[in-house]
Amino acid sequence: MNWIKLKNNGKIDINSIPTLKIEQLREEIINLNLRPVAFFGKDWGNNTTKLFVVLADDKNSELNVSSAIFNQDEKCYESITQVLPSFHIFEREFYEQFGIKPLNHPWLKPLRKNQKDYKFFEMEGEEVHQVAVGPIHAGVIEPGHFRFMCNGETVYHLEIMLGYQHRGVEDLMIKHPSNRLAESICGDSVIANNLAYSKVMETLCDCKVSKRAQLIRTLALEMERAAIHIGDLGAISGDIAYLMGASVFGATRTLVINTMLEFSGSRFGRGLIELGGVNFDIDNEKIKRALETLTKVEKDVDRMVKTMLKNTSVMSRLEKTGVVSKEKAEQIGLVGMAARACGLTLDSRFDFPDECYKFLALPRKMFKGKGDVNSRFKLRHQEAMESLDISKRILEMLKNTLKEEVKTNCELNLPKDTMAISIVEGWRGEIVHIALTDMNGTLSKYKIKDPSFNNWYGLALAVRNNGVSDFPLCNKSFNLSYCGCDL
Amino acid sequence: MFDTLKSRIYQGNQFIKDIKNAPMREQFRGLPKLCNSNCNNCKDCLNVCPTGALKLNPLSIDMGKCTFCGACKNVCKTGAIDFTNFYKLSTTKRENLIITEDMTQEEFSKIAIEVRKEIKRVFGKSLKLRQVSAAGCNGCEMELNACSNVNFDMGRFGIDFVASPRHADGLVITGPISKNMAYALEDCYKSTPDPKIVVLCGACAISGGVFQQSSELNREFLEKYPIDLYIAGCPVHPLTFINGILGFIQGK
Ligand code: SF4
Ligand code: SF4
Repeated sequence: MNWIKLKNNGKIDINSIPTLKIEQLREEIINLNLRPVAFFGKDWGNNTTKLFVVLADDKNSELNVSSAIFNQDEKCYESITQVLPSFHIFEREFYEQFGIKPLNHPWLKPLRKNQKDYKFFEMEGEEVHQVAVGPIHAGVIEPGHFRFMCNGETVYHLEIMLGYQHRGVEDLMIKHPSNRLAESICGDSVIANNLAYSKVMETLCDCKVSKRAQLIRTLALEMERAAIHIGDLGAISGDIAYLMGASVFGATRTLVINTMLEFSGSRFGRGLIELGGVNFDIDNEKIKRALETLTKVEKDVDRMVKTMLKNTSVMSRLEKTGVVSKEKAEQIGLVGMAARACGLTLDSRFDFPDECYKFLALPRKMFKGKGDVNSRFKLRHQEAMESLDISKRILEMLKNTLKEEVKTNCELNLPKDTMAISIVEGWRGEIVHIALTDMNGTLSKYKIKDPSFNNWYGLALAVRNNGVSDFPLCNKSFNLSYCGCDL
Repeated sequence: MFDTLKSRIYQGNQFIKDIKNAPMREQFRGLPKLCNSNCNNCKDCLNVCPTGALKLNPLSIDMGKCTFCGACKNVCKTGAIDFTNFYKLSTTKRENLIITEDMTQEEFSKIAIEVRKEIKRVFGKSLKLRQVSAAGCNGCEMELNACSNVNFDMGRFGIDFVASPRHADGLVITGPISKNMAYALEDCYKSTPDPKIVVLCGACAISGGVFQQSSELNREFLEKYPIDLYIAGCPVHPLTFINGILGFIQGK
């Protein structure tokens, strides 16, 4: 056995994970040709390094786990990226953190460190020029550096250099794990990250969460999705100078997050989810108000989108802008909303459903995506409407089901030598949290993978052969996270 | 065109007219309300606080560290800790963010913002700000963006975020300031013409927040340059931000 299989929100004894030679592991990975969700190293004592790999088998809802050990003198291996490009960023991270070099990696650049020595890809020619943007951008957003290689107005190539946001979250998580830190990993995915953290810890400690609490958690997750999608519809409208859209979507988003404030005391749901359940129950009075608000939001958003899509000057900006083909998307390993907009079907709510999504038994809605801004715009609309609908269904359930405790006591008694994985579908895509404990039962490694980690390269591909002035529009249609990638 | 107009009429006016007295939902966790005599020294709150914002004997909460998560209130069995929905949480002095039992809403409001004549004169009617996210989690950033949406409409007071530090009268810093952003932040400060102000926005910027213990921060900037305004929150609510700035440049 070269792999051990695991379900989402499952745990295994670390010693049961097969340990192969890297050459063998590499061959296995290439033969299986599954989607990487984790690929990370850990100090393994005596100057050795252990490489853990988790591959997602989406069709069978299974995670395949394996590992390889590198001895002190083994400092390189043949890169996997040259065969499977989706590994490119994982191998870069592994190299940066452990100094073990993937040979013949086509793109072995710094990821979070040494920005000063970063060598940009360069082109030469009479008309070719570079445009440098960042780290501080024009708007109120997180920092990152973009380097465009342009021919006149056309972008030939965009290189994205990140790392400015690095706060050392994974290390902090080992020393001071908390729901609050999880909420601040990425402030636009508060619920998704806190949920993934809570689930991975609850899995480790065998802590059960009541049905009602699970419903409230899922409600919050879907409301977060709806709120961000609506906000981004507004931002896209703003970027094509359709200010009416920006105003209406901005105002309707406010309604959703203010409902979240009523539920949790924070517009983004901070303080809501806690190990063992949730901190706040929702009474019928609030449910009634929320149902009314969300119904209004549904109507307003739908109306505005339809008005917009009838407008030819809007359509001419959205259509065929920033295209990523389905083949490319698959090759580079796009995930989540961005992947679905290219026509892939990935969605961990359905591929790796947790108890609550299994219970809700939602139908998977298909989307015929073409990979352009228009597809991302329409998909966000579709998903926002879907999330509002799910939220309303959950609210109805909460109104009618019996009251039960929404929080159980969850003692952090961690088992020894264990690995647990939790995948949550945030609004961008899969958020993966992996926790490892050592022989004393303390956290020894905490690994987080944000969907942006996979998807930044997708944005770089999307702007190729587009006008440089369309960059903000492409960017907003993805709206990737800087701190999610830099952690 | 016609449809767009219809949507416009249907939406009506969304802006909050009286921003200084805007109502806030009761669930919002704002200014802490502490009762020292109820405290029985069990230290449960200290154990759950993610940022070390709490102190006992006497009971106090440092809003510069506090994430307003409410965990302390949830564990406190004696009701010594509560949060009001008062949202004007800005001060011109760092130490005034520390709330004790005596610091009631009235007391706090009195001392919170020290109005300087020259600030009022120079920036009172127009203040252009450059925002620098220095490892902010995007929570504070989203709320700062919301300040300019149709509901809060900060622009009507002459307060705007601008694209270049060269056009700015000051910086608004969010995030705990990562090592990798330290240089860019300082560069941006130097590129802003005098006279300028510096505003720290959110628990991260003020104290490092939940990232205080990270080894990836470089907060030297804060020692080198004067800070004019501290705005508490995690994230900072748009009403907190706008009222903080208005209080600072216009007085009450
Ligand atoms: S509300 Fe503030 S003081 Fe209380 S536990 Fe949270 S961070 Fe600490
Ligand atoms: S103060 Fe809170 S919301 Fe603001 S940047 Fe820090 S963690 Fe994010």
